[in-house]
Amino acid sequence: MKSIAVIGGGVAGMEAAAKLSKMGFSVTLIEKTNQLGGKLNKWHALFPSRRPADEVLNGLKTRVQLGINILLNTEVEHIENDDDGFAIALNQNRMITAHAILLATGFDIFDAGKKEEYGHGIYDNVITSVELEKAFRSGAVKTLQGKTPKKIAFIHCVGSRDEKAGNPHCSKVCCVTGVKQAIELKEMIPDSEIYMFYLDLRMFGRHFEELYKEAQVKHHIQFIRGRLSEAFENQDHTVMIKIEDTLIARPLKMNVDLLVLLVGMQPSGSINKIIHDLELEKEKDGFLKQADKHLAPHKTNIPGVFVIGAASGPKTIEETVNEAGAVTFEIADYLQNKIATKILKNENSFI
Amino acid sequence: MKIEGKKRLWREYQKEIAEDHYYFARSCVRQQIFPGAEQICVKILQHDLGRDVFDDPGHTTCTGIGYHTDVVQLETIMTVVARQFSLMTNAGYENFAVSCITSFGIYTEILETWHHFPETEEKTREYLRKATGREFKIPVNLAHTSDIFYKFRHEIAQKSRYKLINHNTGEPLRVVEHIGCHYAKMFPHKGVGGAEYPYVLAGLAEALGGEIVDYPERRHCCGFGFRQYVVKANRGYSISASKIKLESMKPYKPDLIVTNCPGCTVFLDRWQYAISEMEGKTYGDNGQGIPVLTFEELTAVCLGYSPWEIGLQMHNVGPEPLLRKMGVPFDPSRKYLGAGGKNIGIPEKPKVLVVE
Repeated sequence: MKSIAVIGGGVAGMEAAAKLSKMGFSVTLIEKTNQLGGKLNKWHALFPSRRPADEVLNGLKTRVQLGINILLNTEVEHIENDDDGFAIALNQNRMITAHAILLATGFDIFDAGKKEEYGHGIYDNVITSVELEKAFRSGAVKTLQGKTPKKIAFIHCVGSRDEKAGNPHCSKVCCVTGVKQAIELKEMIPDSEIYMFYLDLRMFGRHFEELYKEAQVKHHIQFIRGRLSEAFENQDHTVMIKIEDTLIARPLKMNVDLLVLLVGMQPSGSINKIIHDLELEKEKDGFLKQADKHLAPHKTNIPGVFVIGAASGPKTIEETVNEAGAVTFEIADYLQNKIATKILKNENSFI
Repeated sequence: MKIEGKKRLWREYQKEIAEDHYYFARSCVRQQIFPGAEQICVKILQHDLGRDVFDDPGHTTCTGIGYHTDVVQLETIMTVVARQFSLMTNAGYENFAVSCITSFGIYTEILETWHHFPETEEKTREYLRKATGREFKIPVNLAHTSDIFYKFRHEIAQKSRYKLINHNTGEPLRVVEHIGCHYAKMFPHKGVGGAEYPYVLAGLAEALGGEIVDYPERRHCCGFGFRQYVVKANRGYSISASKIKLESMKPYKPDLIVTNCPGCTVFLDRWQYAISEMEGKTYGDNGQGIPVLTFEELTAVCLGYSPWEIGLQMHNVGPEPLLRKMGVPFDPSRKYLGAGGKNIGIPEKPKVLVVE
């Protein structure tokens, strides 16, 4: 039986592992933390439908239950590649072999502290979209002083489209995440004022535009085109923000109870060792390079090494699940061709 | 506010500061505006800290003000800077200690430019050779004098006779620190603590017993901003920038402001007087202002130097409320007596700002 090592136990890895196992391959799913699900574990509701994240997570968990060798708390330490496949050294002196590797290593969340002038980690009431999602999961959004925030500002593109932060790319999902979170906040705190400060809004997905319109028409959320220059903490622990309104070309100063930074996706730092061992190519922005963006998006420059999900660039869950389906065919095709080539080689040598 | 978050950044932004043997580059403006500050800086380094400082009468202005107001070209300022380095080299020094923040920014910017564009350094060497026949070495260490005081802050604190502590209540004095823009805003890693939460003066003030006030407009311009003041028609911007800061810090009731830039010291001090005349507003207790001291003046007061010897009478806002809080004895009758007891003239009292 041909074996496949799926590295990364988030949405991409879980869905691909389930499908590959169903196709009859021997699948090992390697996850560095103590649970499957990746960043979905931290999420409360998904855009644009606001479906509970746990519903999708549980669906994925049900699928990976049968026949998959799941290794939790497991990190890849070294990979060697030869004609027969891959030898993968894991922590705690374990070793597995695989005929193909699927990288589903996802992304890192931008460390908002790097935008020092925004004060995350220093000012009491500056939080990230990830921390807001955690607050939604707990059922209440409060300031650090325990008050219900009445005036809230969201800052788009924090650590995305920002060359100074080292991330020139667009993280794609933050615009709609912000709109979704603003609506959720408004429903939770109906008398709150919510301001969204954006560079431009990229409502590219199905029903995203409708959600954006709902935010404005139904919830009266204010969208202001502008970039935050800096934030400060006031004596009463509110946050003073200085922004340029780029449509009227005027500076703007505002005090808010809570400042939410919509943090972007950046290349995962945990796979640098794998990239080095396998001599994988990266894009300029650090995400893994697809062999052919249009015709072989799930292949890498190394035969037998495949990539899906946010490891090759920011993706939505829908896109990731689609990729997980598509890659199973690519892997099956690769392994079949490899067998055929080997048989042919053996026959030729026999002759 | 989470101090741990600041500490994380402070750990990240540390710099090499030479231990001894400094070539001292004076400021072109400080000697006119607060003449005691530079003098006491050299004295503290030499006598209190026992360091070797070469105070060279041969060096000139760095021409930074001209550069930032577009009257001095890049090639010219690079050649002037090269000449200063040449003087340092000839004097047998490798560590360049700069008194002015703008000069520090100029030296940093030029060294970075030469590093990234070596052809500009070659060109500068050629210009200097043709103009003066001089050669120079790049300094091994470049530091602002406030970096050096920061480095020796614990030694200074140990030698201090007075602390930044209210001697009546035992409470730490509330200190606003204001860092010159050219210290770290261009090159955050060249400043202690970086650009957004600089620690160079905060660290010194903390070591001397003070408590740092972080107020909403801390990063706002002091009011100098070169064009805001140098272009006379723009001076409204200058005073309004200072006013924004003073209004923002007032609710925190700071006992003093400490600075490391010539411009910041002048404008945070002088505009308090001007605002009081224009609007009748003052920012300290009982109609007084918030005293503004350079880091050397503040250190000197703590070390026990006479406030009049270090030139605190040259400030628009009187230092007396601060001296009383610290328990520093002073003789008011000697305030306007200069070297040798000569009367230096008593300025006219402001109409609104209370000055003793």
